Amino acid sequence: MGVEIRVEGLTKSFGRQTIWRDVSLTLPAGEISVLLGPSGTGKSVFLKSLVGLLKPDRGHIWIGDRDLPRLRESKLYETRKLFGVLFQDGALFGSMNLYDNIAFPLREHTRKSESEVRRIVLGKMEMVGLLGAEKKLPGEISGGMKKRAGLARALVLDPEILLVDEPDSGLDPVRTAYLNQLIVDLNAQIDATFLIVTHDINTARTVPDNIGLLFRRELVMFGPREMLLSSEEPVVRQFLNARRVGPIGMSEEKDVSELEAEAKMGHDPGKLPPIPPQLMASDGRIRPAQHVPGAWCAAHGVTPPPGSFIDDMGRDWVEEWPRYVASMAPAAAGTTGGPGHVPGGPPPGGPAAGAGR
Amino acid sequence: MSAPGIGAGRRRDGDGGARGDGGGSPGALHRIGDGLANVTVREPGRFFALCLDTGRAMFQWPFQWREFVQQAWFIVSVTVVPTMLVAIPFGGVLSLQVGGLIRQLGAQSYTGATAVVAIVREASPLVTSLLVAGAAGSAMCADIGSRKIREEIDAMEVLGINPLHRLVVPRMLACAFVALFLNGLVSVVGLVGGYFFNVMLQDGTPGAYLASFNAIAQLPDLVQAEVKAFVFGITAGLVAAYKGLNAKGGPKGVGDAVNQTVVITFMLLFVENFLISTLYFQLVPSKGM
Repeated sequence: MGVEIRVEGLTKSFGRQTIWRDVSLTLPAGEISVLLGPSGTGKSVFLKSLVGLLKPDRGHIWIGDRDLPRLRESKLYETRKLFGVLFQDGALFGSMNLYDNIAFPLREHTRKSESEVRRIVLGKMEMVGLLGAEKKLPGEISGGMKKRAGLARALVLDPEILLVDEPDSGLDPVRTAYLNQLIVDLNAQIDATFLIVTHDINTARTVPDNIGLLFRRELVMFGPREMLLSSEEPVVRQFLNARRVGPIGMSEEKDVSELEAEAKMGHDPGKLPPIPPQLMASDGRIRPAQHVPGAWCAAHGVTPPPGSFIDDMGRDWVEEWPRYVASMAPAAAGTTGGPGHVPGGPPPGGPAAGAGR
Repeated sequence: MSAPGIGAGRRRDGDGGARGDGGGSPGALHRIGDGLANVTVREPGRFFALCLDTGRAMFQWPFQWREFVQQAWFIVSVTVVPTMLVAIPFGGVLSLQVGGLIRQLGAQSYTGATAVVAIVREASPLVTSLLVAGAAGSAMCADIGSRKIREEIDAMEVLGINPLHRLVVPRMLACAFVALFLNGLVSVVGLVGGYFFNVMLQDGTPGAYLASFNAIAQLPDLVQAEVKAFVFGITAGLVAAYKGLNAKGGPKGVGDAVNQTVVITFMLLFVENFLISTLYFQLVPSKGM
């Protein structure tokens, strides 16, 4: 099961340059969260702070009852075993082939026999579609393969927390789509807490349960996917819809005069696009932490933009959900506790239908 | 990861420019002061912290034998041939220089004695230090630095492995271990070179050269040379590790780190050489005095 991460008042600066200040958020156990932000807002720094590679100036990172920045070194190394981290370009060890790279954590931290190691490593390699490439060196493979190998290595110790730094940078759209599906499937299987740092709007709109946005050295907003996708907050709206109109400028934030000029020109931020349905696990099962479509909007009296939650086949998932849960219930009953939950609000219909069975 | 770092640097430069336009000297003074504090306090402080951490990691179990042997072999492969090629002319030049003088003084039978003293006491630790710093240190720094910028070091830490224990300790010890033997190699090859030049070119007599070997030199000379070599190896390893682990800014950063490693190691090794020699003369009385 995943672990909840509570971040309180985290502040980090390099010299006189403040990266971000007073970042507070809770990554709910077992859920997928995405952290967004324009380039250079310190998303990767945040990720590295979460694993204790960088020490924040102030604030707490609670993982269970352990406050990461204040742990002694030996305890820190112990706590890091809960984590799997996929770095931007995989960070594979250049001197080892893929098999040894992926087997490395097992050989270091477990006393498993070599045949057992082999079974696990080949299992993970199959999961990320790398079977047959065991003997390749990291220098000989493409960026996408490096990422998948890095993912396999991050997964090999069955982490409770998986941090992913830009899974989509330098990948073509098709591979990005596969990787996103892989992330959702993994979450369904291992039920760890996921945090993905990305620029990719499509990933951010369809994959996560929660979204956070860093801008102007602060966490602008963090919350359920539907909350951010239906938000009228200018920064959130601009970023999630990839518009030029809004407070985010080319190099930094826009100043007041630029914003006024924009308003005079009659630039309109436009209508909010519909909220897409969330990506499902490829075997169709409902993830333990999956949010019920439309539940947040209903609980908070927000009308989602027209056309929301309708998939390519024209099904409206708000209506479809209870039926879907019912159809999955017999299969899901054995493996998962319940058909999904909604933090902070009673879900309409969905779980009731599920609970009745 | 590189994005925030680069952005931060750029913005800081922007600030500096703005300040320069306004006031000029206070900004410049501030920057000089900052740089001075960095060179005199912060960098040595961080280096010392790394030395302490490495010292602690040295006694962690299990010792990385495999890495140690591989690294030792690697260092041998990059240093042995250059060491020999430097040692031969070194011994020759020494014989030529001293030989002429000593003949004028009429003490030609002592050529061998001077060669032994010069080579064993001073020349071989110095040649060793040059090679250890220039060949082994730079290669080690390049290796660790490129791992650092590829985020391999971070990945290692995240996987719960201390890179000091895993990478730095075996490299440092391998460097010191190999330096011990390099020192012996330089002594032997240098003396053979000196012998060759003395006997073949300066008409010295082989017997006199060999007979005067232990006229001035004594066994502690060799011991202090080995101690020097060991200390040099440790120093070179630590500096290379420090610079490599702090490399940043892409491939150019690694290049800079290697450059700094070589320069800093040279300077440190020459200072250490001076200190150990001074101590040695205080502690061990010279022969025949």
